[in-house]
Amino acid sequence: MGQTINGVLRRHGLVLAFIVFLASVALNADAFLTPGNILDVLRQVSITGMMALGVTFVVLTGRLDLSVGSLLTLLTVIVVDQHNIAGPFPAIVMTLMAGMMVGAFNGLLVGFLGLNALIVTLAMLSFLQGLVLFYSGGSNVNVQNAQDTWFAVFGRGDFLGLPVPVVLFLAGAVIAGLVLQFTTFGRRVYAVGGNETASIFSGIDARWTVFWTYVLSGLTTGVAAVIMGSRVMGAQNTIGQGYELTVLAGVILGGTSLLGGSGSIWRTVIGISMLGFIQNGLLLLGFPYYVQWLVTWVVIIIAVWIDLGAKRGRIFA
Amino acid sequence: MSHATDIGTKSALQTVAIWLLRNHIWVFLALTVAVFSIASPYFLTLNNLGNILTQGAFIGILAIGMTMVMIDGEIDLSVGAVLALASALAIGLQDYMGVWPAVFLGLMSGAALGFLNGTLIALSGMHSFIVTLGGLIGIRGLVFVYTGENALMVPDFSYTEIPEIYLGPISLTAIIFFALAIFFQWVLSSTRHGRETYAVGDNIEAAHDAGINVKRHKIINFTICGTLAAVCGILLSMRLGTAEPNAGRIWELWTIIAVVLGGTRLQGGFGSMWMTIGGVLTLAVLRNGLRLLNTPNYVELMVMGAVLVLALVLDKLLNHRGET
Repeated sequence: MGQTINGVLRRHGLVLAFIVFLASVALNADAFLTPGNILDVLRQVSITGMMALGVTFVVLTGRLDLSVGSLLTLLTVIVVDQHNIAGPFPAIVMTLMAGMMVGAFNGLLVGFLGLNALIVTLAMLSFLQGLVLFYSGGSNVNVQNAQDTWFAVFGRGDFLGLPVPVVLFLAGAVIAGLVLQFTTFGRRVYAVGGNETASIFSGIDARWTVFWTYVLSGLTTGVAAVIMGSRVMGAQNTIGQGYELTVLAGVILGGTSLLGGSGSIWRTVIGISMLGFIQNGLLLLGFPYYVQWLVTWVVIIIAVWIDLGAKRGRIFA
Repeated sequence: MSHATDIGTKSALQTVAIWLLRNHIWVFLALTVAVFSIASPYFLTLNNLGNILTQGAFIGILAIGMTMVMIDGEIDLSVGAVLALASALAIGLQDYMGVWPAVFLGLMSGAALGFLNGTLIALSGMHSFIVTLGGLIGIRGLVFVYTGENALMVPDFSYTEIPEIYLGPISLTAIIFFALAIFFQWVLSSTRHGRETYAVGDNIEAAHDAGINVKRHKIINFTICGTLAAVCGILLSMRLGTAEPNAGRIWELWTIIAVVLGGTRLQGGFGSMWMTIGGVLTLAVLRNGLRLLNTPNYVELMVMGAVLVLALVLDKLLNHRGET
């Protein structure tokens, strides 16, 4: 019996904790678990969630990507600006391409030159922030003729009764989950993260695997930027600041190990959603917005500690 | 690192070359100083050099603690938030207890949060990146809870005159930075705690087997890092006379940049305060010099990113050559 409880806790402790949290907030705030509010939360997390999908691949190889927040800013500025110049469709294509190019550059430095991922993506964070100011000249950009463009559909539209950003996020999650679980590339990501030396000896080119995870991270940030630009119909120079930390917090909260090799997409979806529901629930309970940061701190420590303790079989290291 | 064994057979030129390769940050610093001196007539003045030292000292004090933690092979992302809390407490509590007790409590808040970070890391075995990322988010929340998202103003502005002591062009803030750096260099090179720091960072299991109390050791280093962040926050509150809840945001990133630029490695086991001083000064010179040249803000950000990657590449190339 004890064994079974331990096993269930180990595998689904996170989900159980999530359900307990949802229930306890729902008891105190009637509006919390209504379909409308749930969709609102999902709409809010769709941008960070989308970014987290790509970052999960990077973290699974045992690397980090801190540049996604600045990249989101840059790509949102690009998609809005290019929308005014070239129209919605070329703007979206350009944005996704630019995202993948930045990802490829990260991947080149980390995968092929073997430089430290934290520092490289930190440098990229700084560089991209400069690039944003260079590109925009320091001024905000707005979508002109906002009324007669179909671009608004990504951030504000509905599809079969669901908000389009939520549909995009969930579809992205399903695709990412399938890629990770059922393709050679997905298995290589786990292999490189689990034991890089062993993966190289078994004939995996770890350099290319790492490279492609960064490209993916750039791509999902590109999609997130399209959603962001379409929702705001404009872009400020600081629009994505600090997003890299929220994204990482979500991935970590889901229980994906920073050492690589262990974690999954559905865990990231749960982790990111948890952050969204914590934020929303605390606001509904009438707390000031910054209390969510305190709660996030406590939740991250407890969730990761329990996860680690369950894997290790004892609580203390 | 086999170069120590055959150092006797090498010529003086080679010895100099090896020293330069291992301390490339100082070479780079000299180059940047030379370039800016030629490019701007205002750069190489006593006044401006004093300014650079003061400006660099804030990140520098954070960088000292970060170096200790990074030689241990750990990282502390929460220093920016700890700094903000210490500066808010040092100013906010003055109404209730006077200046120095408030400053003391601000300092203690940093020590306590550093101790908390270290204890959580040691007890749980979680990666310091996760624990201090949580701290970065949560401690900022504490700052907002305490200040109620307002900037706190010092009740008596004589508080801002405390650091206005100068030794020639060098401010008290800069003197504190150098004194702390030299003290912790002494700790690293001449005390048991310092030797243990390298041992733990180099090979934590071997360090444990050799009888080092690794957990206690890490808690001490995180407490040092938190305390120094509080020192920085208090000096900042003295300089500004206000405590803003958003103070020190992304300073943890600048700090990491300064330390890594100096040559201390994130993997642990390697680094020194001399390197960190070099990194801090290089960062300060770059920021100051680019501003004197009237370059737009974005150039500074892009140069910083490029220099950081360059430093990593150099470190990789030079050390491969040095080791074989």
